[in-house]
Amino acid sequence: MTDRRSFLRIAIMGTASLIVAGCDRISQSSWGPKVLDKAEGLNRRVQALLSPSSAMAKEYTEADISSVFHPNGTTMPNTPAYQALMANQFRDYKLRVDGMVSRPAMLSIDDLKKIDTRTQITRHDCVEGWSAIGKWQGTLLSAVLDHVGADPQARFVVFHCFDDMDVNTPYYESVDIGEARHPQTLLAFALNDKPLPVPNGAPLRLRVGRQLGYKQAKYVSRIEVVKSFDAIGGGKGGYWEDQGYEWYAGI
Amino acid sequence: MLGGVLIVNTESVAVAEMGTPAPGLLESSRRLVYRHTLPIRIMHWINVIALSLMLFSGLQIFNAHPSLYWGNRSDKGKELLILGAHQDSAGNLVGTTRIGSHEFTTTGVLGVSKGSDGTPEVRGFPSWLTVPGPGWLAMGRRWHFFFAWVFVLNGLCYVGYSLARRHLQRDLWPTRRDWRGIGHSILDHIRFKHPHGEEALRYNILQRLAYLTVIFVFGVGIVLMGLAMSPRMDAVLSPLVEAVGGRQSARTIHFVIAWAFVAFVLIHVFEVLISGVFNQLRGMITGYYKVDTGKVDTVKPDETISAEERSHD
Repeated sequence: MTDRRSFLRIAIMGTASLIVAGCDRISQSSWGPKVLDKAEGLNRRVQALLSPSSAMAKEYTEADISSVFHPNGTTMPNTPAYQALMANQFRDYKLRVDGMVSRPAMLSIDDLKKIDTRTQITRHDCVEGWSAIGKWQGTLLSAVLDHVGADPQARFVVFHCFDDMDVNTPYYESVDIGEARHPQTLLAFALNDKPLPVPNGAPLRLRVGRQLGYKQAKYVSRIEVVKSFDAIGGGKGGYWEDQGYEWYAGI
Repeated sequence: MLGGVLIVNTESVAVAEMGTPAPGLLESSRRLVYRHTLPIRIMHWINVIALSLMLFSGLQIFNAHPSLYWGNRSDKGKELLILGAHQDSAGNLVGTTRIGSHEFTTTGVLGVSKGSDGTPEVRGFPSWLTVPGPGWLAMGRRWHFFFAWVFVLNGLCYVGYSLARRHLQRDLWPTRRDWRGIGHSILDHIRFKHPHGEEALRYNILQRLAYLTVIFVFGVGIVLMGLAMSPRMDAVLSPLVEAVGGRQSARTIHFVIAWAFVAFVLIHVFEVLISGVFNQLRGMITGYYKVDTGKVDTVKPDETISAEERSHD
């Protein structure tokens, strides 16, 4: 019996190990990831077809809010620029908005509060698999884009952040204009009726309702409206995208 | 006599359903029957590859956060399942599996297992069960979402083909005769007894129910629960997400169905092993399946009765 059991165990583990080893060779080859990546474009197009650009993320009630909104990734940016702003409770913070815009601007949190704001309770889904629900208050990104006169030819909005992921490798993210102009896309300055805490991205973070957590850039210092993000960072449109994650984070 | 005639009828129907005798291969007591058509065989083996890679890459993705919850939130302390790790007093890594409030030590397999370099590391499922082997979420997702398309398109082709060729209606949908034989079929399975002769060509009631459940409950369910985890899809699927309890419930159900697939495959392979592995494999590779004919014991006395009853259908 033990012989048969150990034979079975070895057979199952052996077969599985062979498959895993074969797949690892494909993952590390130059062609394998390219083939697998074919699915990403398909996912983006099919999801856009099934879930139109106007579709809204579900909004929850006060009772659904997570008691602790788990902060992930950077929780305390250590760059001197950020530390200096934090020392003064972000009173000197100004969001720079530039790129393909007719009126580049430097906007304080108070300036942002004077532009169209919105409060929403939405779910945050991390690429790792967990979810949390928070109440976000912020300025509509589309209103900010109108405020600075974004060029209609622009295709993406890039978010530059204060936190360094590696030496001289600041976090950044990007969304396309459609997602940027979605009515649930906010530059959030408050979480659960309080100024955004440092671990959650103070003083300003991005909230997109229909994409994964890594898209929701924290510690935003500058917004750049562009035609292409090829020349920014590793050229994939975001820090995690440069590490191999999908630019389309709708799954 | 009437019953006997009916048996001949049902048998000839059964042969036509599952395949037709190969010309020139007829023997007196054994013959090869063309049982599985080429599209079915191809789709079966594509499914083997897709399901395996979905499982392995799925476990890689699970390892990024090896806990399960119910509802919409991942609240600490409310986990249904945790594959965790801690250090013992000697500083060794101990892997644990906690289901509800019950905790088991599972070092070596769950929670803590040897990584690709041979040293123990904190990881939900072991490296021999994940694609890629080392922790690599981004690559696991690429594999998963690529083979999700293979799995879904292959499944749609299978259902479309089976409906068009009436494979689903004739071979999988249980007849009244099947339902009446359910007790008999359960007993046969418990005793590991398998039908011989023409009867082996048609699926018994448990096979029919198992295949229908796997295709339409597990298959459809796991795809829907996968989609229910997608934030973009949730903009239109939120009624479904809320109906199952929330996104974390969908993730939990997705995980449970994945292991239900594994359980099905283990039973399926076990049944293949004990019912003539070479014959069964030949059936699914070349299409030809050997049956014993001309044996008297293929018609059992109690089947005469069921055949008589069948004449009222």
